[in-house]
Amino acid sequence: MAKCRGLGHSVQRKEDARFIRGQGRYIDDIKLPGMLYLDITRSPYAHAKITKIHDETALAVPGVAAVITGKTLEAYNLAWMPTLMSDQQMVLPIDTVKYQAQEVAAVVATSRYAAADGAAALEVDYEPLPVVVDPHAALEPGATRVRDDKDSNHIFHWEHGDREATEAALAASDTVVEQAMHLPRIHVASIETCGCVASWNPVEGHLTLYLTTQAPHAIRTVVALVTAHLGLAEHRIRVISPDIGGGFGGKVPVYPGYVIATAASVVTGKPVKWIEDRSENLQADSFARDYHIKARLGSKGGKITALSLDTIADHGYSDAAANPSKFPAGLYHICTGSYDLSDAHVSVDGVYTNKPPGGIAYRCSFRVTEAVHAIERMVDLLARENGEDPADFRLRNFIRPDQFPYTSVLGWEYDSGDYGAALEKAMDMIGYRDLRAEQTEKRARGELMGIGISSFTEIVGAGPSKTFDILGIKMFDSSEIRIHPTGKAIARFGTKSQGQGHETTYAQIIAEELGIPPEDIQVEEGDTDTAPYGLGTYASRSTPTAGAAAAIASRKIRAKAKKIAAHLLEADEADLEWEQGRFFVKGSPDRGKTIQEIAFAAYTNHPQGLEAGLEATSYYDPPNLTFPFGSYVCAVDIDRGTGQVRIRRFVAVDDCGVRINPMIVEGQIHGGLAMGIAPALFEEISYDPDGNITGGNFVEYLVPTAMETPHWELGETVTPSPHHPIGAKGVGESATVGAPAAVVNAVVDALWHLGVRHMEIPMTPARVWSALNEHGAAATR
Amino acid sequence: MIPPQFDYHVPESLADASRLLLANPEAKLLAGGHSLIPMMRFRLAEPSALVDLRKIPGLAGIGEAEGCLRIGAMTRESELEKSELVQGRYPLLADTARVIGDPLVRNLATVGGNVAHADPGNDHPATMLAYRASFVGRSFPDRRSGTLLEQRHELPLQAEDRTIGADDFFTGPFSTCLKPGEILIEIRIPAPEAGSGGAYEKFERKVGDYAVAAVAVQLRLEGGRIAEAGVALTNVGLTPIRASAAEAALIGSDGGEAALDEAAGAAAAAAEPHEDHRGSVEYKRAVVRTLTFRAASRAVARAKEAPA
Ligand SMILES: Cc1cc2nc3c(=O)[nH]c(=O)nc-3n(C[C@H](O)[C@H](O)[C@H](O)COP(=O)(O)OP(=O)(O)OC[C@H]3O[C@@H](n4cnc5c(N)ncnc54)[C@H](O)[C@@H]3O)c2cc1C
Repeated sequence: MAKCRGLGHSVQRKEDARFIRGQGRYIDDIKLPGMLYLDITRSPYAHAKITKIHDETALAVPGVAAVITGKTLEAYNLAWMPTLMSDQQMVLPIDTVKYQAQEVAAVVATSRYAAADGAAALEVDYEPLPVVVDPHAALEPGATRVRDDKDSNHIFHWEHGDREATEAALAASDTVVEQAMHLPRIHVASIETCGCVASWNPVEGHLTLYLTTQAPHAIRTVVALVTAHLGLAEHRIRVISPDIGGGFGGKVPVYPGYVIATAASVVTGKPVKWIEDRSENLQADSFARDYHIKARLGSKGGKITALSLDTIADHGYSDAAANPSKFPAGLYHICTGSYDLSDAHVSVDGVYTNKPPGGIAYRCSFRVTEAVHAIERMVDLLARENGEDPADFRLRNFIRPDQFPYTSVLGWEYDSGDYGAALEKAMDMIGYRDLRAEQTEKRARGELMGIGISSFTEIVGAGPSKTFDILGIKMFDSSEIRIHPTGKAIARFGTKSQGQGHETTYAQIIAEELGIPPEDIQVEEGDTDTAPYGLGTYASRSTPTAGAAAAIASRKIRAKAKKIAAHLLEADEADLEWEQGRFFVKGSPDRGKTIQEIAFAAYTNHPQGLEAGLEATSYYDPPNLTFPFGSYVCAVDIDRGTGQVRIRRFVAVDDCGVRINPMIVEGQIHGGLAMGIAPALFEEISYDPDGNITGGNFVEYLVPTAMETPHWELGETVTPSPHHPIGAKGVGESATVGAPAAVVNAVVDALWHLGVRHMEIPMTPARVWSALNEHGAAATR
Repeated sequence: MIPPQFDYHVPESLADASRLLLANPEAKLLAGGHSLIPMMRFRLAEPSALVDLRKIPGLAGIGEAEGCLRIGAMTRESELEKSELVQGRYPLLADTARVIGDPLVRNLATVGGNVAHADPGNDHPATMLAYRASFVGRSFPDRRSGTLLEQRHELPLQAEDRTIGADDFFTGPFSTCLKPGEILIEIRIPAPEAGSGGAYEKFERKVGDYAVAAVAVQLRLEGGRIAEAGVALTNVGLTPIRASAAEAALIGSDGGEAALDEAAGAAAAAAEPHEDHRGSVEYKRAVVRTLTFRAASRAVARAKEAPA
């Protein structure tokens, strides 16, 4: 029998054939007859009253068909929309704008060019209003109020853990370190920006929405709920998410542009396309991070005792995070990380400011990057305060392998792990002790090099239905598999790949379970008319949820196949044994039927009393989350004359449980590492005191390229998840989550002897040079 | 990201290009388009017409003649980068071409466009100052009454060339002394005498970025002393800056570390940076100082290796 290349094989990605030939089908490739184009006029001010919108200035541009304003939408009760966190967000403003680049009005025209000219020509009169940009200032009494519909700029207070016990444990510690840190606003900056084609069919009362979305089903339900008053029902809405050029969490929210384009299609009776340009994408789409953290960590006798985190979360004008509904700060309480400690308390206060809304999980399952950054920075500081090497200190304080399943003080049940093994492997790979010796020599010569570690614990695969839902919809996911008479198959899922390689990995899971080669399995996602319901792809949840569903649905098929095989072999079911791809009679291995033969029989010769056909569906509700982990070690050199940090080596040992397709896993880690060093060294979206964005294009928003990324050295350990059907954990975000702290720890390590204790990110050359200069270590040559 | 409407012309002679420019003051020349098109996409520039130079013969090429390296205005950066002549005899220029944008940019961007655009962030202007280069502008002046447009196609126009020294060429941010209708056709760099060496040091936040600061140094050693020196700075002022005090510190010295330190200090003092994402004023001056030292030491090393 041909090898079926299931789990553990680096099967070439099935989807790549079309991507590398330029045959992918993205939103902007979709062209419908009579389609109109939409462009958006945006606010130059961070806070202003709109006194007049001069529609006629845009309508005078040849080709412009309509101008859509908040007043237009108000007539349909669509001027406001809910966010996933049950906050409210303007679709188009009626009278005030609250952040720079906010949508003010939309222009619909017969060509993309005419739409752009119309949007540029549209004159709007504004009266600027006072602006609040800093979230701390926003909490001061008398601060400018961002939201007219709220009493204050304070959105929510969330806390977890026992504050009193934590304070007591810190007081009883012999060493306590304290550090404030900011994880600045960053942006996913996916290659494909957001967009949609909305096509309203007035005759059938049917809406087709081609959308850049990571969660097509959830979007369909949300659209049905917010448009119910217009007579649109869920069976008359079809959401299609075609090929997606990167999502990273940025394509989970509903953006005003989607709603405006839909309204425009209804108003004009024509399909309407809206595609963001790069600046709009960077300036107005949901940002990530922006956590201001005050952290304290204590130890007694070299053993970590207690952690306290107090956090201000800047959400901009609206809480447009995309967390599970019961988790306003996501899974931030994974912040005790890889360490065994007995007391912890964490709090987050969400704040409104005059900045674009957001708080999305950028390649990080719900605030895990923030949590990991805090604990990994603090553990480093505490190690030093204890006079100990950060590696040794970690090794002694890790949760031990025999403690799994481990319940953390903040209530998570870690499924499996061996943290020491991962760190030791990473240290071996990079030659940790030799690098330390080299560092000592270099310091003597006045050269700066540093070594940084991050031993992160991820938490992915949301999630068990008892706690995880989004707007009430439980966070299961699904797989529906049909085996065709000739033994080939089609499998559909509630998730949606944005480049992760689902078409290959899902096929491999089914291949493993059924023995049908991956190339014989067609995988489809993203069309709500055909795929089973699911909550989509983000937070590294696809393998833990839909991947598990694929295994379970395959096993259901195998159970039925066994009955058919028994019928064909005229044997008792109990006497049949399974080897990959084939049932045979125990003791007579020659007497067997392949899955292909069984599939044919399912349609041509099925046993009486059994339904024909061979298919199954699974809606998988995970019993727990999965907890991937790893240890990263990086070595940096610092140029004292310019402040430039160069990553010389970066070793990443990841444990994501069983690896389905090792090549795809490595690809995910490579990309994640690049996105992990990005905020550490390059990326930040910042604002001046008037709320003007100062990094809203790729000249200032520095996405690292192949030239800035070092050669990644990858290693692995494999600790299967005990509760996942195939022992897999999810790996899409580990590297993004774990990498930043490793780089910061390395830079601080390089500068420690000068007296530097902390570096804020991004550690730009200018910022590093300032630290050098402050400590008398800047060079002039 | 979508530019407003514009007309597009592809003349086949400089005279026609010049006529088109004079006929429409809102028209702009198009060379490699890698500065102009981005500005149009951001609607920072809204020319009503583009006059593309790509079909005009004789505007591209690199060669030595009459004691000069002559670079046609439409020469692409990638050609400069690959030229053995440039690599062998004009290391400062070779250094500069290599750090402009990325390979995709360099395949289209032209040397003429780079200097004519006069973006203080562009790299060639400082290099041209350090080289004491000159620029040849060609115009087609009207010697009779009536406008050029009226005379179009009647008589072949007389070309008039003028040579402008680099010190006079850059008049402000994004402005040069080229007159309306005048087209930059050639850049001339004096051929190096024995004992010459040069180097360009650019510090950028990532590949393809404009410089935080960059320093061009060109010098000549004679009998173990620096006889001539050119030092100029990129992106630390409204125009490229010639650091005369740094040049003075080098001239007459042995090119040792003390002299280089002094020159570096003088260059830092000559910089007029403003604070932005790339850093504070203090930081940018510090970078100029570091880069001047590094560029000058490489220039000295190259001068020592240069064939006598
Ligand atoms: C991503 C990116 C990165 C870049 N990085 C760098 C960098 O690091 N360093 C750097 O120096 N540059 C950089 N550039 C700019 C690039 O080198 C430009 O191409 C160059 O500045 C202009 O050359 P061009 O041929 O593209 O000119 P164009 O963009 O076509 O023209 C620029 C201006 O010069 C005028 N002009 C062009 N030719 C002539 C002529 N013969 N006579 C009179 N006027 C003329 C045009 O009318 C226009 O106003 C970068 C560009 C990009 C897109």
